[in-house]
Amino acid sequence: MSRYRYSYFDHDADVGIVGYGVTLEEAYESAAAAMFALMTELPSVRCVRTIALTFEEADRELALVRWLNLLLAAAREHGLVFSMFALERDHVLWRGSASGEPWRAGMERGTEVKGATLTMLSVKQTDGGWEARCVVDV
Amino acid sequence: MDLARLQQIDAYSWSVPLQAGEQRAEVKLYGSAPLLATMDDKVLEQITNVARLPGLVGCAMTMPDAHWGYGFPIGGVAAFDPEHGGIVSAGGVGFDISCGIRCLRTGLQWNDVALKARVLGDSLFRDIPAGVGEEGNIQLTPAELDDVLLGGAQWAVRNGYGGPEDLEFIEERGCMAGAVPEHVSALAKKRQRGEMGTLGSGNHYLEVQVVDRIYDAAAAASFGIARGDVVVSIHCGSRGLGHQIGTDYLVSLAKAASRLGIALPDRELACAPIRSPEGEQYIGAMNGAMNCALANRQILAHLTRRVFDHHFPHAQLSTLFDVSHNTCKPERHRVGGHERLLYVHRKGATRAFGPDHPGLPVRYRDTGQPVIIGGSMGTGSYILSGTAESEARAFSSASHGAGRAMSRHQALKQWHGRQLIDALAGEGILIRTRSMRGAAEEAPGAYKDVDLVAEATEQAGLARRVAFLRPKVCIKG
Repeated sequence: MSRYRYSYFDHDADVGIVGYGVTLEEAYESAAAAMFALMTELPSVRCVRTIALTFEEADRELALVRWLNLLLAAAREHGLVFSMFALERDHVLWRGSASGEPWRAGMERGTEVKGATLTMLSVKQTDGGWEARCVVDV
Repeated sequence: MDLARLQQIDAYSWSVPLQAGEQRAEVKLYGSAPLLATMDDKVLEQITNVARLPGLVGCAMTMPDAHWGYGFPIGGVAAFDPEHGGIVSAGGVGFDISCGIRCLRTGLQWNDVALKARVLGDSLFRDIPAGVGEEGNIQLTPAELDDVLLGGAQWAVRNGYGGPEDLEFIEERGCMAGAVPEHVSALAKKRQRGEMGTLGSGNHYLEVQVVDRIYDAAAAASFGIARGDVVVSIHCGSRGLGHQIGTDYLVSLAKAASRLGIALPDRELACAPIRSPEGEQYIGAMNGAMNCALANRQILAHLTRRVFDHHFPHAQLSTLFDVSHNTCKPERHRVGGHERLLYVHRKGATRAFGPDHPGLPVRYRDTGQPVIIGGSMGTGSYILSGTAESEARAFSSASHGAGRAMSRHQALKQWHGRQLIDALAGEGILIRTRSMRGAAEEAPGAYKDVDLVAEATEQAGLARRVAFLRPKVCIKG
């Protein structure tokens, strides 16, 4: 069973994603899983390659958008689809990684995500931990 | 949308009364009461936010196909004066910069094609890279990609994709001036490495269509189409490069706006003054993305020609027109009796120059610009012509598509891809796709009634209907 907890919310043309986690970082990892699950069936993706990502961002909400967009860019740059995500934060410095494999025949093809947007962007603490949401453009 | 919040101007245009103490420009919504009633209230919220941006000229407007977007609504039009603090907004252009439609005549009648439709669909599906994760066969070096960003479709023609006769019928003659490749990030260029000549996914498509109805015989003759003719429409944009430029500048302009003292009613409206280093950088990058999209559609037109040449050696695929619908362009418009240079944002809206506009090819000077309203894969599309009155009504702009009536999430609950494709096959529409999920999300029932959108576009004076195109073969991403 996936360790990621996520859901979706409605948007006319695009898709709203929500990631949940005990920690802020876990919620961001789950949001990443929600985004890549729009593109393929995550359980079928083998983790044969890992890409590291680092960025600086003081704004917590913008950090979510930057994290998601860096993952999209890394996936296209390396021709990969990701299914595993890890993220750590040290003040304004964020260190993350994503694991996956190249697209191959037989993989479920969903809808390509073009970018994470600032629409409905929110990161908030809840009774159960953290919730991170935004609309992604497809 | 609650129509009680609007003031009706005439049957197809509406305004939004100012609240006490509210400071903003006018807002105008085009469309019939039934179309507006189905729109989300967010459309109203978003276009009202646009009306608060600095340097807006005239009204902030929505077209009849408007729906909730990010920052700007899809179907939003807004013009800004660079000499009066006007802004350029990354949210007003979107991620898929210069997404648009290339329409090709084929010189064939449906009777010529019908018996080979299945094999034609299979060949197009094999030779047109489509869908998430699919790469094209063109791999460009960084220097070559810079040439694409500077040259657009003209670069493609110079490199053997199509001929110079295509360029006459592409906006800006296939090359948007003012591109600055240095303002495009290295990451954006890396994302484009394998994506030239690819269709993408979502609402992108390549369709073989038949001209099913003619509304304006004279304009149809000028456009070179008649009932029963087969045409091809290709809907796609600037692919990974455009997406990354949108990503890069959405965040950097959101930060710049606050630094430059622009109060954003919504961070997604990320913008900077046109006459500022930040604004000029974005415009230089965006113009490069426009050229990337124009080159991409030129390459896809070339790949389509190769497939048709194989199956129909006597086919002649000529470009009817190529329109973009996610742009911000400098254009000269008459405002209050004076001609002014304005930067017109069209986010999910089509430029629609009327007759005699100097920017049109000579062939279309009497009819106005061909405007293409792309519909869903099960219903059909319209070709219209720009009108003279659209200049005063909407800075020469018109609708770009049917517009979604239902979210993708809702569509997935209602339809299953395989069943949908089988049902459409029963109606004589062949769908080729790698994504059953994508097919369900794009179900015809998830879109507004394209007939109502085209009718409202005409009745609002934005463009006149010329022909209706019925889909026959659809390659979906």
